[in-house]
Amino acid sequence: MIKKDEIIWWASENFWKKSAIFVTGLMTLVLVLLTFDTVNKITAGSKRVPAYTVINNQIDYKYNKTRNMFEPVIGSESPLFGNMLTAEEAEGLINLGKLTIQAKNCMNCHTLLGNGAYYAPDLTKAWLDPGWGAKSVRETLMLNFLMDPENNARTFGTNRKMPNLGLTEAEAKSIIAYLKWMSSIDTNGFPTNFKTIKQ
Amino acid sequence: MINMHTLNTIHLNSGQKIAIKYFSMAVVLFVVQIVFGILAGTQFNNPEFLYQIIDFNVNRMVHINAMIIWLLYGFIGSVYWLIEDEAKTELVGKKLANFGFWVLTIAVLVVVLVFLFIQSGEGSYASIWLINEGREYIEAPRWADIGIVFVMLIFFYNIYATFIKGKWSGIAGVLVLDLAALAGVYLAGMFYSDNISMDQFWWWWVVHLWVEATWEVLVGCIMAWVLMKTINADRRIVTTWLYIEVTLMLGSGILGLGHHYFWIGTPEYWLTIGGFFSALEPIPLVAMLVHALYDSGVKNFKSTNNPALAWLIAHAFGNFFGAGVWGFFQTLPQINLYTHGTQWTASHGHLAFFGAYATINIAMFYMAIQVWRGNIHMGSSLIDNGWKWKTSLALLNIGVVGMTIAMLIAGYKQAFIERAVEGSTWSGYFKAQSDPSFLLAMDWRMTFGWIMALGLIILIWDLITIGSHSEMKNNKPKLLST
Repeated sequence: MIKKDEIIWWASENFWKKSAIFVTGLMTLVLVLLTFDTVNKITAGSKRVPAYTVINNQIDYKYNKTRNMFEPVIGSESPLFGNMLTAEEAEGLINLGKLTIQAKNCMNCHTLLGNGAYYAPDLTKAWLDPGWGAKSVRETLMLNFLMDPENNARTFGTNRKMPNLGLTEAEAKSIIAYLKWMSSIDTNGFPTNFKTIKQ
Repeated sequence: MINMHTLNTIHLNSGQKIAIKYFSMAVVLFVVQIVFGILAGTQFNNPEFLYQIIDFNVNRMVHINAMIIWLLYGFIGSVYWLIEDEAKTELVGKKLANFGFWVLTIAVLVVVLVFLFIQSGEGSYASIWLINEGREYIEAPRWADIGIVFVMLIFFYNIYATFIKGKWSGIAGVLVLDLAALAGVYLAGMFYSDNISMDQFWWWWVVHLWVEATWEVLVGCIMAWVLMKTINADRRIVTTWLYIEVTLMLGSGILGLGHHYFWIGTPEYWLTIGGFFSALEPIPLVAMLVHALYDSGVKNFKSTNNPALAWLIAHAFGNFFGAGVWGFFQTLPQINLYTHGTQWTASHGHLAFFGAYATINIAMFYMAIQVWRGNIHMGSSLIDNGWKWKTSLALLNIGVVGMTIAMLIAGYKQAFIERAVEGSTWSGYFKAQSDPSFLLAMDWRMTFGWIMALGLIILIWDLITIGSHSEMKNNKPKLLST
């Protein structure tokens, strides 16, 4: 058995106790400081996370050479379902969309911003997916699909169909608004090399 | 001499009497986790199975929530198990601890029944408060969140007050601070935001700072105590190692949180910070592995509880490979851009949760059974040669490793086809999902899932029977709790 005073300082209990306290404190402090900055930069209405009224505009996703990554590009006016919304109306719609996405437990089949389950496709850029064919029919196709997924399923041969979640038309439209808004978030180039619907 | 040792709480101190309730419930929820894992896995390969009855999202939600909750039950039980021994005094709030157990258990039962029979509600605040919060891993509705915090506060008070009343130690200090942090970060997940970037930012505070920080420290404390009990490791050495682990774990893990902030709308500096610090996260796990193996080796792997020691070794390896190696695989943003949201993550998740946390809880179940039967010797003297614990250990580990490899192969295919070649479109997603080697890998995942289920059945059979007909090594068995 080694006596306490024979232990070299860097192997001593006391040294590591102090290290544990110092390192934990320092890292927590850095995280808190970064959190203040990040929360500021991801508040809706910031450069990275646009205001909800962005759903009144055309949204695209293009490669930016300077940043060496894909990024959302906000274009001219292109109101969702033909209705220009005020900030308040847009926020109400987005709020209903988010509540519905949570209440219907979308995240345990799909991924949103890449997080969730892997049974169904990622929804990060679902609004821009070329699978909707053409911009002119996209909103109608999305609405039909959400209201009756069983009969409008496109399973690409996998037979994996979304169940009917009993969505109201208002809920379905709010989800579409949410997907449109989510596609405008700057996700540091995820997903990369994504080919968008013809603009 | 053959002894028929029956389970008798007379052998247990008051903390341990509470602990066995938590352990029993943990085993029940472990079964729930595996049953719903099998259901979800079957649906993955055969989508018609239970379609519109219990859909994949419900099965998967119960699968992952049962896991989180059984591990929590196991942790709470483990701490109640060691508290009186470590603090050298009686548990302060016995009735309170019992009350906490029943509040938690009734809440869990109600939540699971609501998940299964109501499943989802309309898009409203009421649904989030009463039915399902719809956020992966923390789906429990808000009322249950409040219940969980309440129970955690009771638990924290009990542990803190007992240590204050009795003897303070290095393990006590780390444990108490860690439990405070564990309860504290849960609060970060208890609010609603219509902004998904904000939502996921705080959601990761709970998920990451639990599983990659506070839970790791908690198992470090349990490991330190168990090593002293099973192989008579020196307190000064296990305490020093515990401090080293905390330094390395929280030194890398707190900012390692940044690896979840690559793609959710958060600023670009997280690519650097998250990549760098999370790449360091395996280091403390190497330290834990070396420490556990070295200490056991020094004692020639001699213990009075072979199944517990074997599961501890499984924990040391599982934590290192599952959390460390499998996490490191995909943690740098350059690769994560392609692997994020694919079966790579599922592969990592399965090996990490099992390797880091399920294993050490199972070790604690064996510690508990040993004392519950009156401190019987659970070494080479088991008259059935311990075939049940050995078989279940083998089947559970083969099962989880097999699933992990299968999902990794599927993940390679998915990352390559869906992300790299097809640019993550919906058709790209389905192209990957119908690739022959992806499908084959998912079939193998199911096969290994069934192997795991068989292992669990034998584990439970063993836990119920082990030691009931064992041969006593000594006429005066050494009491482990003294």
